[in-house]
Amino acid sequence: MVSLREDTPRGDDHVLIRIRDLCNRFGEHVVHEHLDLDVYRGEILGIVGGSGSGKSVLLRSIVGLLRPSAGSIDVFGEDLQALSTRRRSLLERRFGVLFQRGALFSSLNLQENVAFPVLEHLGLARAEAEFLARVKLSLVGLPANAALQYPSELSGGMIKRAALARALALDPEVLFLDEPTAGLDPIGAAAFDQLLLTLRDALGLSVFLVTHDLDTLYSTCDRVAVLSQRRVLAADRLEVVEKVDDPWVRDYFNGPRGRAARRHINSSKVD
Amino acid sequence: MPNTRQAGRLDDRPDSLHVIGNWTITHYARLQAQIDAFKTQAGNGHELDRSIDLSAIETLDTAGAALLIDLLGVERMAATMAQAPELPPARRALLDTMLQAMETPLTPKSHEISKPLAFLAQTGERVEDFWKQQHLLLGFIGLILSALVTNLLRPRRWRMTALVAQIQQTGFNAIGIVALLTFLIGAVVAFLGATVLQNFGATIYTVNLVAFSFLREFGVLLAAILLAGRTASAFTAQIGSMKANEEIDAIRALGLNPVELLVLPRVLAILVTLPILTFVGMLSGILGGALVCLLTLDISALQFFTILQDVAPHHFIVGLSKAPLFAFFIGAIGCLEGFKVSGSAQSVGEHTTSSVVQSIFMVILLDAMAALFFMEMGW
Repeated sequence: MVSLREDTPRGDDHVLIRIRDLCNRFGEHVVHEHLDLDVYRGEILGIVGGSGSGKSVLLRSIVGLLRPSAGSIDVFGEDLQALSTRRRSLLERRFGVLFQRGALFSSLNLQENVAFPVLEHLGLARAEAEFLARVKLSLVGLPANAALQYPSELSGGMIKRAALARALALDPEVLFLDEPTAGLDPIGAAAFDQLLLTLRDALGLSVFLVTHDLDTLYSTCDRVAVLSQRRVLAADRLEVVEKVDDPWVRDYFNGPRGRAARRHINSSKVD
Repeated sequence: MPNTRQAGRLDDRPDSLHVIGNWTITHYARLQAQIDAFKTQAGNGHELDRSIDLSAIETLDTAGAALLIDLLGVERMAATMAQAPELPPARRALLDTMLQAMETPLTPKSHEISKPLAFLAQTGERVEDFWKQQHLLLGFIGLILSALVTNLLRPRRWRMTALVAQIQQTGFNAIGIVALLTFLIGAVVAFLGATVLQNFGATIYTVNLVAFSFLREFGVLLAAILLAGRTASAFTAQIGSMKANEEIDAIRALGLNPVELLVLPRVLAILVTLPILTFVGMLSGILGGALVCLLTLDISALQFFTILQDVAPHHFIVGLSKAPLFAFFIGAIGCLEGFKVSGSAQSVGEHTTSSVVQSIFMVILLDAMAALFFMEMGW
């Protein structure tokens, strides 16, 4: 499994998402300007950046929730904006998106929330879809009786897990995660990291991971992209990104938390 | 790349059971059908005691793994995996994770009751809810009044900006629609009156009819019903989404009083605006009647207003006196329903509907009671 991290593919065939010259503007406020980024097949790409650096906006423009002001975004080799609605829906089925605050449907219970995309897209019988949903809920570490609860009855961490289960419902090829471990306890966050690695290795998932969690960054990501000054400052392996000469990057990775996370990872590698 | 378009299958050989091909979510329905077929066969004496061969699986995802584990059972699957050293590590990790997930029973305990019993329970709940609602409304009115009294003497805590903003939203922006609707109804009432009174040769009394009905009832009733639809729903939705977003809790946690902060400006605003809108409604309705009289009954404007002067002014007072009462209830119900919203988007919708229905109901009920009262008093 570690071997996959060493020889991350770099060839053109392996590019899953290609972003070129992306600009995002909200009135006067410019979020991205001439932003380029590639996401490779089968990699876990961590996106870091200060608050307001446009991480979530980038995610939203890739999955097609936000029409970029300029530039192109190709996913699976096709430009989402240019596709017909039907073709686009087929492509979007291969995405799994976990939103920052879960975005579970508040009028459905957890089991229905996870079964919803399965029922809509695959036309399975309700019993089958609900069986799959319960498996997914258990997979992300939720107890069986949570399946009949509604989002408003759950804690923030449980909502995150359920949202991950929904993102995984269709066994997607790309997973977009917006701060998945925020609000999880450390044990849950570690289990999440492990689950992500297992799924990536077994299913060849590609993961676009927006996170502030340095532990997740160090233990799961193959590459890290730093968003700063409206573009991608660097996108490379962690060892390389750490050494980028930029005040924000220095503060981020060499602050007390960054040092602690790195020490932890290094010591566990020795074990 | 393996051909992923072909669904996977089970190959049932005498000595072993082979799992072959693509076990992914796209083929789920077909795989499930095969498993069902296999299970019915297994029921007919084919015990699942043979060895199981997983080496011919081409692709496997979490859905496929879940199906396999469901078929074999957790223990059997674990045993099979232990005897299959050729299983690629990534696939083994996936199966291990899925095994872990499916170890505990997945079906939650449900407590369903029979349909007639559920119906009875629902009816009971509704009746109880109705009384609870009235109780809550009374309590809430008390809260509003106490907040009003404590704030009345402290002008520094009057929230003038919020009040003025609410007056604009609930009153000023509603003038157009109130005027238009009452104008049309005024014309309709005049037409009706003219048609009926013509038989008695008393068309001239159409003027009195329009004036009476709008001064005493229609002006205030129409304005109140419009505000109930337009403003009570807005109050509920505003406060409800704040509640869903934990903003109300934040206000409380900051040591502030949500009733004083959110409810008072709204209730005071509607208390100010409904009388004004009532006045607008009366004028506009009478104007509608006057226009019909002028155009179809040949009653000149001068004649119309001369007759109007004879209508006793206390009818105007009677009509206007009901406006603050209606306004208070509309505001209180709108805000209370907002506070009753819980979590979900559906709940916001339910309570918005409920607030409109309740406030219109309350307006008509109070109007009927007021009509009785004024009649008995001979006003």
